[in-house]
Amino acid sequence: MEIVVLLKQVPATEAFIEIAEDGVSVKTQNLKWVINPYDEFAVEEALRIREAHGGTVTVVSVGVEKTTEAIRTALAMGADKGVLINDPAAQGLDGLGVARVLAAGLKQIAFDLIIAGQRAVDDDNFLVGPAVAEFLDIPHLSMVIKQELQDGRIRCHRTVEGGTLVVEAPLPALFTTQRGLNEPRYTSLPGIMKAKRKPLETKTLADIGLTSAAVTNRGARIAAFRLPPQRSGGRMIAGDSAQAKAAELVRLLHEEAKVV
Amino acid sequence: MSQAVLAVAEQNDGVFRKVTFEALSAGRRIADHLGGELAAVVLGHGVQAAAADLGRYGADRIRVADHPALAEYLNDAYCNVLATVIEAEKPAVVVFGATTQGRDLAARLSARLNAPLAVDCLAIQTEGDALQVTRPMYGGKLLADVRLEGPLKLVAIRPNAMPITPLEKAGTIAMVAAEPGRTRTVFVEKTLDSGKVELTEADAIVSGGRGMGGSDFSVLEALAGVLGGAVGASRSAVDEGWRPASDQVGQTGKVVSPALYVACGISGAIQHLAGMSSAKVIVAINKDAEAPIFAKADYGIAGDLFELVPLITAEIRKLKA
Repeated sequence: MEIVVLLKQVPATEAFIEIAEDGVSVKTQNLKWVINPYDEFAVEEALRIREAHGGTVTVVSVGVEKTTEAIRTALAMGADKGVLINDPAAQGLDGLGVARVLAAGLKQIAFDLIIAGQRAVDDDNFLVGPAVAEFLDIPHLSMVIKQELQDGRIRCHRTVEGGTLVVEAPLPALFTTQRGLNEPRYTSLPGIMKAKRKPLETKTLADIGLTSAAVTNRGARIAAFRLPPQRSGGRMIAGDSAQAKAAELVRLLHEEAKVV
Repeated sequence: MSQAVLAVAEQNDGVFRKVTFEALSAGRRIADHLGGELAAVVLGHGVQAAAADLGRYGADRIRVADHPALAEYLNDAYCNVLATVIEAEKPAVVVFGATTQGRDLAARLSARLNAPLAVDCLAIQTEGDALQVTRPMYGGKLLADVRLEGPLKLVAIRPNAMPITPLEKAGTIAMVAAEPGRTRTVFVEKTLDSGKVELTEADAIVSGGRGMGGSDFSVLEALAGVLGGAVGASRSAVDEGWRPASDQVGQTGKVVSPALYVACGISGAIQHLAGMSSAKVIVAINKDAEAPIFAKADYGIAGDLFELVPLITAEIRKLKA
């Protein structure tokens, strides 16, 4: 089983995000960078599938030099090799542009199964996984919490509002991860040592047969970042007893906030 | 250039999701700005009777794609049919609800039609032929104004974020070609937790965190019950195994926008705040008066949640009696 994991390096979820001077990007200095948490589930699931069915796990990312750190982490978890697509013309693309680059890169890699995060926790646009599947003309299944591979097919349990769907597709296919799929393993010291010797190839757009003109069409771009409205907040409800506090809260929710 | 707008309705067994009406109302406003018409489309099987409802929220015309192969959502069949409808209707903008289905369908279509997509939109403005949407990024730590350009733009609106405006329109109904085309995904089965209010659509959410101290969330369930809402959880509570992952509110869980969010025994990690800060009113209940959650709450009570929550539940019950 040839498995490819699509990986993005993102700021850690506990990071405090600040808007940069230009107003359309965020300050990247001092940020802690991690593997996108949903992609971490993807790496873990790929490793489990390889353990059960054999094969190789290749991690593919569009990024910058620093992204090699995230790919090395995935290699330390146990992935076999990494591919980083790093090209000035591939920076700052919208989701569709990134998907186009990934799809071009994947045309040079053998795969039976592609696993991607449902979304990256920076852009939160839920676009890249399904878009890559469309560009490669393969089926996709999103928000997966459980998968079973059998006879060249994949059966996935997908979470939907208020329940679960079970859907099946023939391989090659792509699925996106949902929390609950697995518990990603920690990297071990021997794993980290081994990862240093695993192949990690860097490619430009030309290497994957794309011209920069082919990806510069940006239909979606950030015009401005803003901070969400801050709450006046922090109004502490006083009272002589728990009963008094509870009654005062409900009065305020009813009369002032009008939500009860 | 065409200035029409298409709103994609989402139904489950013939019942429309609330966000469908929000999408229709948003679509109506965009169409009015563009000076075009609003079409609504519903895909499914045996959905024609329900389709008339869509005319009550500003749709000039309603397109029904009815086919046994569309009875359950499968992205390839739905994508094929919707692409055909878009080709016929030639909208400048397509509005989806940002549900699991809406996002999935919109993403695949975005690639197929080379149309930019913005998901979880909180506000939409037209600027000439371009569309400017406001959407959260970095798990809601920032709001981004995103400009979408091109002959066709796709937007998926966040449930509970935009108003529903009832508006009777002609709402002429027509059946359209519903040929599912080449499909590879196959529906096997679905399991729905009946009676459970979905977190992303709930008007009220009562969430528990580490302060719950265990898997007994019954006091929160009782409060959610009188509010007609849902129970959520922080990442700590999910990591402890007290609640299922599907209940998690936060940057790596669900992002919710209820009218009322009650955080119980939740300290207020930035990860959690990202998931609930767009709630209209936030109440925090925590033993630790210094907990960061209080700075983000509209109302706070320092105290024992196991004592306070049942009292609050009783007060609301009294009010509603």
